[in-house]
Amino acid sequence: MTRVGLIRLVVIAALIGALELACRTGLIDHRIIIAPSEMASALWTLLASGSLDADIARTLGLIGLVTALSIVLGFAAGVAIHALPRLREALDPFFATYYAVPVFIFYPVLIAIFGLTLMPIVLIGVSTAIVAMIIATLNGLDRVPRVLGKVARVHRLGRIATALQLQLPAAAPYLFTGIKLAVSYGFIAVIAAEFILSPAGLGRDIADAYADFNNRRMYALILFLLVVATLVNAVLHSLDMRFAARRSGGRA
Amino acid sequence: MNAAPVQRDVHAELKGVTRIYSAVPGAGAKLPVPALGPIDLDLVRGEFFAVVGPSGCGKSTFLEVLAGLQKPSAGSVSFEGKPVSGQVPEGIGVVFQEDASFPWLTVWDNVAFGLRRNGVAAPEMRRRVEDALAFMGLKDFARAFPSQLSGGMRQRVCIARTLVLQPRLILLDEPFGALDAQTRLLMGDEVLRLWRRTGATVLLITHALDEAAMLADRIGAMSARPGRFIEVIATGWPRERDSTIVGAAAFGEITGRLWERLRGESLKALGHSDVAALAAE
Ligand SMILES: Nc1ncnc2c1ncn2[C@@H]1O[C@H](COP(=O)(O)OP(=O)(O)OP(=O)(O)O)[C@@H](O)[C@H]1O
Ligand SMILES: [Mg+2]
Repeated sequence: MTRVGLIRLVVIAALIGALELACRTGLIDHRIIIAPSEMASALWTLLASGSLDADIARTLGLIGLVTALSIVLGFAAGVAIHALPRLREALDPFFATYYAVPVFIFYPVLIAIFGLTLMPIVLIGVSTAIVAMIIATLNGLDRVPRVLGKVARVHRLGRIATALQLQLPAAAPYLFTGIKLAVSYGFIAVIAAEFILSPAGLGRDIADAYADFNNRRMYALILFLLVVATLVNAVLHSLDMRFAARRSGGRA
Repeated sequence: MNAAPVQRDVHAELKGVTRIYSAVPGAGAKLPVPALGPIDLDLVRGEFFAVVGPSGCGKSTFLEVLAGLQKPSAGSVSFEGKPVSGQVPEGIGVVFQEDASFPWLTVWDNVAFGLRRNGVAAPEMRRRVEDALAFMGLKDFARAFPSQLSGGMRQRVCIARTLVLQPRLILLDEPFGALDAQTRLLMGDEVLRLWRRTGATVLLITHALDEAAMLADRIGAMSARPGRFIEVIATGWPRERDSTIVGAAAFGEITGRLWERLRGESLKALGHSDVAALAAE
């Protein structure tokens, strides 16, 4: 491990340790926050009981679906918009300001239309995540050096071969940024939507535990989501580093 | 001049070629840009032809029209007797002015790219790639990625990627433009070796007069935009030559002659209106 990595670990451990100490000595009221060790043991009991399985499957499944849809549709939309410069010029202001608009305000409208089904969550999730993927795709295609198009023609590559063998790999680092963002946005949107209003799911579980003053359950669930989000990001990050290590460095 | 080889075997031919870029709406230039020509030129099979000219005079445009990457606005281009139109013919290899190495592939895979596309069998591919790598001095970098190499080495990767396909006409667009003068001289030697070994016709674009004078059998001096050949100078160098000829008396004569022809054009390219006065000293 690097020195910086070690320091980072020490900082996190110190913070958790401090919280643990503050909770145990009664500095922090256990009705507000429970000790990290208690969170972990509560989560362990909860997971072992199997009572969370259905909600875990539902929520992670939804996140997976939202992310996958956003990536696939966002990429397709990005490619299409890139091919139509006029349309792109028309849409550019929307992309630039999109994340200044809280899409969540439409959640009640979607529930009114679709009822308490999965549909409103999927729609809110996709509309949150897809634009990041569209922007990343446009950005990636913009950065494909023009000379690669000429190289393709010298090698007499067709349109599809050019796209798959040259443009796609050249744009890949930017596309990967889009994928990372889509995963993050998908995660946030699904949990938040469940939290606000949903018949089931981990977000709903947290909201219920909060309403019941069930701190052990609430913090166990929060811990679970933190761990999952961290793991997913760690995997994406390490993939990113593996790509970046070979391509970056010395090149603009 | 006009020291025609015994058998004048025309390899590529441009007749009355011009290229006018149409005005790009909203992008500054409101009028069409005449970038090239008219050009009439025969490239003789196996010769080393250099093109020099002031910056922006249309050298890259000339190369792209010749390669079939751009259609001429007027005139015709032919390669090995067949018209070139809208497609790069088999047998032409191009090394571009910009770095065109593939950053996601290793040096080895960069060089193998074209062979893979053509479905060359693995043992044959390995032999040819390794040969090209050795020839370009890249043997120790086969597993490196382009980002780990210097700009000059990346251009060598691009040259190897072209060379491995055994083109009969090699077009090089200022491949060493970004390198320092000493390295350029050495790279010039490599291009000469490449030319001798492959027996290909080589067309090299450069903005360095000494590079053109040292490398080429014939040098086309191009005018300011729209680029035309104001003179084609035959150097008369022996086939076995290298960068040591920069010490030869004839070398100085040739560069002097080129500069004489190009000085006024370069001033024009710089935007001097009173060209005549300045050119006359
Ligand atoms: N796609 C284009 N559309 C409009 N004008 C262009 C285009 N490409 C090149 N030009 C213009 O045509 C002229 C010739 O360009 P070209 O790139 O062929 O010159 P060059 O001699 O290769 O220049 P350099 O020495 O900088 O490499 C330039 O004035 C350039 O601005
Ligand atoms: Mg050029």
